[in-house]
Amino acid sequence: MKRLNKSFFAFLLTLLPMFAMAQIDGEFVKPRSGKFLLQNATVHTITKGVLENTSVLIENGKIAQIGSGISAGDAEVFDCTGLVIYPGMIDGGTTLGLVEVNSVPETVDSQEIGNFTPNMQALTAVNPNSEAVPVTRVSGVTTVLTVPQGGLFPGTAALINLVGYTPDQMYAGAKAVVMNFPSSGRRGRWDRRSDDDIKKESEKALKEANELWDNAKSYYELTEKGAELEYYPEMAQLAKVISGELPLMIEVNTASDIQGALKWIEGKNAKFILSGVSEGWRVADEIAKAGVPVITGPVQALPTRQSDRYDAAYSNAGKMSKAGVKVAIRTDDQENVRNLPFHAAFAAAYGMGKEEAWKAVTITPAEIFGLADQLGSVEQGKVANLIVATKDPFETSSQVMHVFINGYRIPLSNRHIRLYQEFLERSPGLNKN
Amino acid sequence: MKKLSYFLAALVGLSMQYAMAQTPKGSVLIKNATVITVTNGTHENTDVLVQDGIVKKIAPDIKAPNGVETIDASGKYLMPGIIDAHSHIALDVVNEATAPIVAEVRMKDVVNPYEIGIYRALAGGVTMSHAMHGSANVVGGQNATLKHRWGSTDPADIIMQDAPRTIKFALGENPTRVHGRGRGIQPRSRMGVEAILRNGFNEALQYKKAWADFNAASSQKGSTAVAPQYNERLQTLADILDGKIIIHCHSYRADEIYMLINVAKDFGIKKLVFQHTNEGFKVAPEIAEYTMGASVFADWWAYKFEVYYSTAFNAAILQKNGVITSINSDDAELIRHLYHEAAKTQRYGGMTDDEALAMITINPAKQLGVSDKVGSIEEGKQADLVIFEGHPLSSYAIPQMTFVDGVKYFDINSDEDDQRQLVSATEMVEPIYLHEETAHKCMQDTEYLFETAEALFSLNQH
Repeated sequence: MKRLNKSFFAFLLTLLPMFAMAQIDGEFVKPRSGKFLLQNATVHTITKGVLENTSVLIENGKIAQIGSGISAGDAEVFDCTGLVIYPGMIDGGTTLGLVEVNSVPETVDSQEIGNFTPNMQALTAVNPNSEAVPVTRVSGVTTVLTVPQGGLFPGTAALINLVGYTPDQMYAGAKAVVMNFPSSGRRGRWDRRSDDDIKKESEKALKEANELWDNAKSYYELTEKGAELEYYPEMAQLAKVISGELPLMIEVNTASDIQGALKWIEGKNAKFILSGVSEGWRVADEIAKAGVPVITGPVQALPTRQSDRYDAAYSNAGKMSKAGVKVAIRTDDQENVRNLPFHAAFAAAYGMGKEEAWKAVTITPAEIFGLADQLGSVEQGKVANLIVATKDPFETSSQVMHVFINGYRIPLSNRHIRLYQEFLERSPGLNKN
Repeated sequence: MKKLSYFLAALVGLSMQYAMAQTPKGSVLIKNATVITVTNGTHENTDVLVQDGIVKKIAPDIKAPNGVETIDASGKYLMPGIIDAHSHIALDVVNEATAPIVAEVRMKDVVNPYEIGIYRALAGGVTMSHAMHGSANVVGGQNATLKHRWGSTDPADIIMQDAPRTIKFALGENPTRVHGRGRGIQPRSRMGVEAILRNGFNEALQYKKAWADFNAASSQKGSTAVAPQYNERLQTLADILDGKIIIHCHSYRADEIYMLINVAKDFGIKKLVFQHTNEGFKVAPEIAEYTMGASVFADWWAYKFEVYYSTAFNAAILQKNGVITSINSDDAELIRHLYHEAAKTQRYGGMTDDEALAMITINPAKQLGVSDKVGSIEEGKQADLVIFEGHPLSSYAIPQMTFVDGVKYFDINSDEDDQRQLVSATEMVEPIYLHEETAHKCMQDTEYLFETAEALFSLNQH
């Protein structure tokens, strides 16, 4: 009897995996790599014109070949007849991966305590499994800069591709130290500081920035000479800007602050990027003359002043671009980075033109981040970040058919889509309460 | 004495004239447009004749009557003026947050015709907005339905006087945060929200009965009945029970939507529209069966916890389940491109052009109870119209001209940079707002309840 019991238990144990499997329905679709041939599309290369009836071969994560007569071989073939191919879009400024639910502080990792924290690494806090990642990438945005917020030097931003299980797998190869240039603007209606107070605060902050910069310079020069300095990770990080290893991305928005920032960087030997630049159109010539690239946005935004023309924000990117400024576009968003193509479309419609607007979300940010040899266009040898769509992906009604990031074929699914699948036709419906 | 009565009669006459003062009405002939009527197809190379603010004729080759201006809209699109069923523009204050029920307050008392947001909405083709009370209370104040007659200085002139009364309700995080967490009173939970509603309506029933009893008694000969004390708050709730007011309820989660439907059924309330309704897709059949529909965001989600489980396909799911669905802004920025927001229902759910455009025209008109007057281009309707360069659902579309009652209030060709009508005498330098959160007004004026900067930050939530 005892033995029977034992063998009965053993029998039951063998059933366990069966039961466990039986509780799971359906198959989870993961990103998959491989050799893919996107056949017979209209390829918008961005840098080398538009190629009709052209195929693109993806192999080892790269764009291996572009042409009309590529033999499929052992590649998986996607018939792209009647479809368009564009490079994956790059958003030059987001908090994607750092913020999950804006009003729940436990899920907000974009801000640290302190005014001088350039050593805070956005890449560390990126959540590769954020719900917003698959929501974003099916729109054709494949790469984003994720940016720490807050103090004078809040941290270091990182460029990430929207595929990967770890931050390092996502890392796209560019970082930038962030500076919030002392602001003379108001943070909102509830910001009731007097004009004098705002001015004083911004002067004080600028003085602090100057001191920090001078210290970082000394730090760099001393370490170059072999000095062994005390552990000072903040200074060590800012010194990377002085050495030219990392660019300094300066968030600045009002016209007078932009002028102040341009003056501040004058004579400083480092790589600079301006971000935000809401009032760039007022001082576009000065920005162009300084030769500093700009990452601007959101485009769908209100004018900064009541007296401004209603389309001031829509037309800002175009005006700067026409003045000769190198302009990239950002959403400055987290959960709705998927709207980058629409921000770009508005910039295009309000003066920038489609061609420049496309560059502003592809090759231009790639150039600004020093990755023009790897990202931002459909060219042989570049990273296979590609989108296939029914028509111009800036058009709202365009449908994205395939997305490839780092050569991975991305599943066109996310929670929004799964909820659609589940609830479009609810069952049971009204019949059963 | 006689003189005085003449004088009084004249005064009465004058004031009557004043009360009946006409808002501006225009006449115009728009020629050769692609006319998107929304309710009756799209017609190429068609003319629309407007006389005295009313669409008189839709046909090819209409001859302009004497003195009527003609606008050539060849190659352009003409659509009905866009209607935003959820907005807070043109309001001086938004929340009276002092009690869970403040049905007595009225947004028409705080309408600000000078707000630049009206002009900016016109520049986005929006001719009407539903100026709503905020979401701090389970039963908020009564809303105002606005017509964007920019340039009017009398608040009464931008209110659509022939629109029915509507009132704001709010469920979920906002009322529970303001009252439960902020003030330590009911409601702190979604259970409390339901209790507030049921208690309020039951009190209103008692109030109604007290008045009915009094009225019955006082008509008796020699009655000594004393009138119950008048209470505007309860009277308004009674008006809701009597079907005189349309409820527009801020809501997110499916459970709370379902709860309000049940409460409405129990009290025989038929006029009910859900606002935001992010999880409406989960109870779409119930919303379709019982309510006047849902007014939703095109793609907003994850800005607070109760919208974390949202989908951009919400509008499409609702529409396909038979819910009257509109796309709203709740935002001074978004209101400027509702045509683009509507187009997102094509990306997320494959709506047809007419279905998508209905969501910003005839459907919000139905939800505001004004679909017999506006919301489509039809002969006899009020001439709220927009001319677009490019199809309005294209992301490259640019609104060209916007008309309210046949009067042109926006023309891209004669648009001047500074459109302010009122420049502050006390502000020497114009403030520059970097993060303009007029965008986030739903919880405006409740700041005093929350002391920390963090709470303030998180208040910028819809």
